[in-house]
Order: sequence, then structure tokens, then C-alpha cells
Amino acid sequence: MGTAEAVLPATPTPGAVPVPRRIGARSGAGDRAFLAGTRLAALVVVGVIASVGLFLAVRAYPALAVAKWRFFTTQAWEPDIHHFGIGGVLIDTVLIAVVAIIVAVPVSLGLSLFISEIAPRGLQRVFVSLVDLMAAVPSVVFALWGLDFLQGHVIDIARWLSTWFGWIPFFHVTAPGVSSPLSSSSVYSASTFVVGLTVSLMVIPIACSVMREAFSQAPVGEREAAYALGSSRWGMITSVVIPFGKGGIIGGTMLGLGRALGETIAVYLIISPTYQINWHILQSGGHSISALIALQNGDADSFGISALMAAGLALFALTLLINFGASAIVARSRSGAESDG
Amino acid sequence: MSIIHMPEARPGTVPVPPAAPPRRRLHGVRRDTLVDAAGAAVTGVCVSALLFGRLAALSGPIGFVVVAYGVFILVYAVLVSLRDDGPAIRDAVMTAMLTSAACLAFAALVLVITFTIWRGRTALAHANFFTQDMSKAGPLAPITVGGVAHALVGTLWMIGIALILSVPLGLVCAVYLDQTRSRPALFVRTIVEAMTALPTILAGLFIYASWILTLGYQESGLAAALALSIMMLPYMIRTSDLVLRLVPNNIREASSALGAPRWRTVWHVVLPTARSGLATAVILATARGIGEASPVLLTAGFTTYINADPVHGPMVSLPLEALKLVASGEPTYVVRGFACAALLLFLILALFALARFIGGRGPGHLSRGQERRALRASAGDARRLARAASPGGM
Repeated sequence: MGTAEAVLPATPTPGAVPVPRRIGARSGAGDRAFLAGTRLAALVVVGVIASVGLFLAVRAYPALAVAKWRFFTTQAWEPDIHHFGIGGVLIDTVLIAVVAIIVAVPVSLGLSLFISEIAPRGLQRVFVSLVDLMAAVPSVVFALWGLDFLQGHVIDIARWLSTWFGWIPFFHVTAPGVSSPLSSSSVYSASTFVVGLTVSLMVIPIACSVMREAFSQAPVGEREAAYALGSSRWGMITSVVIPFGKGGIIGGTMLGLGRALGETIAVYLIISPTYQINWHILQSGGHSISALIALQNGDADSFGISALMAAGLALFALTLLINFGASAIVARSRSGAESDG
Repeated sequence: MSIIHMPEARPGTVPVPPAAPPRRRLHGVRRDTLVDAAGAAVTGVCVSALLFGRLAALSGPIGFVVVAYGVFILVYAVLVSLRDDGPAIRDAVMTAMLTSAACLAFAALVLVITFTIWRGRTALAHANFFTQDMSKAGPLAPITVGGVAHALVGTLWMIGIALILSVPLGLVCAVYLDQTRSRPALFVRTIVEAMTALPTILAGLFIYASWILTLGYQESGLAAALALSIMMLPYMIRTSDLVLRLVPNNIREASSALGAPRWRTVWHVVLPTARSGLATAVILATARGIGEASPVLLTAGFTTYINADPVHGPMVSLPLEALKLVASGEPTYVVRGFACAALLLFLILALFALARFIGGRGPGHLSRGQERRALRASAGDARRLARAASPGGM
């Protein structure tokens, strides 16, 4: 069965010059077929992935040919009269993602440090699988919770923020009669803020698992050295764990950002769609590219579909860019990728 | 972490054994810390209770918790400062804050799960919810009519087809990544990693653009399954790649040294060693695929009837059904939507329990049954070898 040919030389006669042995093994037919098969599978995978971008680009072309660069600046979505663009939607997408990241990153940083440094050894695995479970909870469940539970409770916070911090442009709310304490709270619902909070729950497990993995790879020797120099645990974390896990922190944040940019269901359910830029994150109204696709898909004619494909292409390019950056950063910080038993 | 050594007896002096200092506890939480934290927590809640509604015009449960937490951290820092100095105070406060970040995240998880089940409890209590479809249940129909059997059937079809498509392809691609350390493999790995976080709606949009618009097929369960498998494929490859990397190199080298070709090494050594991890990868990919609504939203259409034919006619999955029911806003539909989401959560929890049950062990670690089987096999080998070596054997 073996095809690895390690030809043993005849017992060397004294005085004869030893001929160097060929070390590599010539692969047999089975191996060649095996390697070709795996290579084929990899090719298929890459082909499928490439065709995602290709099909989107081909389908988006008619719309992009009409809209040209105005596609990135127009703040409206009326493909029927050839007046459409993602100028507003793109900014609103980014706003939602930024809110989600601002909430999620401190929490996931704390969570990952807690799991890797503070939690008792025996409970670590339990916490890790809880985080995995949180990652596996469908986004529709978070979205339902955000719509039905979180929104009602967040309105008070939004009102408080806009009352006391309204001088910060983002927290300003402009609506007739909003300064009156008796005004309806509906101006604070269906806002970028509520959606961002909901999406942050989906970002936390993703960011946390990347960060925790990076933290747990901080070398034991340096940890012990910090302790031996009289450091407290927090001192050890700031001087050893966080510097070693910096790549993981950045990479996890960027992966979370990619996730937040692409979230569909929460935005689809909660937000009241607008196509203009809404800088006031506490105020009702906002949008995201993925929710635009989900909402408009049903009643779009072929040109409308093409416009949606163009929006999808923009989202594809944006998230791919962020994900490439994230995986490059994470990969650079990763060490010990292989193990020896 | 730190280790305390007892001082060694110096030569020449008589060691004095008694009066050994009490051993310090090195692990676990000290009682002082617990007492401080409990006192600070009580103070926080009390201050908050006084401020809210009595001394100041504050209201709202979230504000209450925030104020109580702020007071807790302050009082805790003061209490620790009575006994310790700067670095120890910072350590104590930061430990409390990191712990509370973890508590916040887990509390949110528990809240989401219990709230979903609680909101859907009335529909979940009726058997018809699991056995009927929504075709006869109008917006005003009582909760005892109609159910989500059609979505359950749809989910099973879609995930089944998606698994058939993505698991073999994903596994073989992971083996490729494992077997070659060339530049193309690096390229494939980078692309796959970047694709794991691709917005799921784009998988749906791609299938919509290619399968439905270009090839002219109808919206169907099969189209949704294709979209799901495109979404699951990078995830499947990445997790199995990580698992395969954990297979120790020395047993691969042992296999090669015994003269096995590569495909035999992979088939008989690498894959069996990583079996439990690979099963976990498949199960987690399933859990992810089951819960995803947005690829299905674009590709499956929508129906209220049970459709057991994945190739023809619209089909609906559990997350999509939950989404549509809640988005309708009708009270009975909303309850059904939450029940649908709860059912989905139960499925995912079950898959998760299964994954922990199968994949709780590292690569190469055997369960008790597998260990017994391996022992029996090697005992058989030993007997066979002994028989072959004995002069009367063979």
C-alpha cells in the first residue's frame, strides 16, 4: 500500500562516496488524485465566492450605468424615475454600526478579559460555551426582543439623553413640541439608537471570541514575571495581556463592525425607513443597505432589482474590505497556529 | 499564580519547626472582598431607592440600575481604600467592572431567551401550534387554530439540502487547506475568512440574481437552501480548518513513516482524530443556518400552506415565519411569532447540547466506549502478533 519510496542504500562499503538519498516521496496515483480532488473543491469554493461578486456586478450594471457616481450621493430611492442612490442609506448604515460598536466593544472587552483572566478555571469552559450560544442565537430572536422589549425601555434613556445632552449634535432631536415633557414618545422610537443597541448584542459574541482567543495566548512567562515584580492582576492585564492581545482587540472590533454593517433583520423590523441622512441617532428614522434590499425586493421591477443589486454590491465591497483588514490584523497577531501533541 | 516557598533552614542553625505561619490562601475570593462588595451593593441599591421617587424626580428601571451601579463602584472603591493602597484599589475596581461587563452580557442573553419563551408561551401550550399550518388562521382566529408546521417542514428541507451541499464541499476544502502550505492555500484561507462575516442577505441576493433571475427558476425551498449553503460554506470551512490544525503533527508523521500515502493518512489518521471537532463544526454550522432569515427572505417566497416539495412552490422557514408574523402587528400573530422564535431557540439549544455532548473533547481524546474499543483492538493485534511470532503460527 505504501508508495513512499525511501530506497535504502546497500550497506556502504568502506571508502565508497555515499550517494545522497532522495528524501522527498514520489506521490502515487492515489495521492495525486486525492490532491487534485481537494484542489478542485477549493477551486469550486473560490469560484462560488467570486461569482457572488461577479453576479452582483453584472446585475448592478444597468442601474449603475444610469446613476453613475450620483449613486453614492443621491439621498432618495425612486428607481422608477431613475432617481436613486445610497448617499443617505450608506451613512445611516454606518451610524447604526458605529452605535453598535460603541456599545459592544467595551462590553466584549470586559467579557473576554473576565473569561480569560478572572473567571475560575473550572467555569471558563461554561462561559465560553455561553458566548458561543449567544453567537448562535438567531438575529431574528434579538430583533424581536429589540422591537418588543428593548424599544419600550430605551425611550426613557433616549429622552434623557436628548434633554441633557441635546447640545451634542448626534443627540439632538428635532420634532415639533419635543421639548414638552408631555410630548409623545414615538419620536424616540424606531431610531438608529434602538437598532444599534439591538445589533450590539449580536456583535458582542463575535468580538468577544476573537478577543478572548488573543488574550489567552498571552505568554505565561511574561504573566508570571509581572506578578513576580509585584504587579496586581489588573496591572498584569494592562502590562501583559492587553499589549499581547492588541491585534485581537482591533481584529475583533473590525469583525464586529462587518457584522453590524450587514445586519438585516433587526433593521428591517425596528426602524422606520428614511432615505435622507439622519444624523440624529435618537430620533425616529434611519436605514441600512441590507434592510433596503429586504424591504424593496418585493415590489421592484427589473430596473429596481438592478438598483438593489448595486446597493448590494456596495455593501459587499464595504464588508469585504473591512473583513480582509480584520483577518489580516488577527492573522498577524496569531502565533502557535499549529500544535504538537 | 504566585508561589510562596517556605524559607529553607539555613545550615548550621537548628530548624525551629513550630509557629509555622498560617498558610495564605492563594486562590479563590477573599472574604473581605465579598463583604466589601456586598456592602457596596446594598449601599448602591439603597441610595438609588432613596433618589428615585423620594429625594429626586428620577424614574425608570434602567436609570435606577445605572445610579445604583455608579454608587456601588464608588462605595466599593472607598471600602477597599480603607485597607489597601493605590494599585490594589484599581485592581479591585477593575475586577468589579470586568465582572459586571460579563454579567451584563450574560444577563442580556438570559433576558432575550426567557422573554422570547415568555411572550410565546400561550401559543406554545397548544398542540395545534406544532401540527397545523397558518392557512386557516386569519388575524382574528384564536390561538387554538393554526400553527407553524409549514415553517418547520420548510426549515427541515432547507437545512437538509444545505447540509448535503455544504458539508462535503466544506470538509474537502478544509482538508485542502490542511494538506497544502502553498500560496494558493493562503489565498483560499484569506478569502474564506473574509467571507465568514459576509452579510447573509448577500447570499440571498446572489441566489436571487443567479438562480432565479438568470437561470429562471422559481422562488422555492431549493433556492433558499442554495442561499443557506453559500452562507454556511465559509463558516464550515473555517471551523473545520481550525479543528484539523489541532491534529498533532507527530501522528501524521508517524503515519507517513509507516509508509502510508497522504490520502490514507488523512482518511485513517487526521479525520478520525478530529472527528468530534468536525461533528461540532457541522452542528454549529447547522445552528447558524437554521436561524438565518435574510437569505430565505429573498429566495423562498412566502406561503401559509405546508409545502413538502422543495423544488416547486414557495416555502417558508421558522425564522422567516417568526419575522413575518411579528411584522404583521396583529396581537395573535405576534404571540405566534414569538412562539415560533422560541421553537427555533429550542432547536438551537438542542443542537448546542448535542455539540457539547459530542465535541466536548480535544482532538484525539476518546470517550470511554471508544477507549474500550481501542483497547480491545490493540489486544487483538497483540494476540495476532504473538500468534504470528510463535513457531506454530501462521
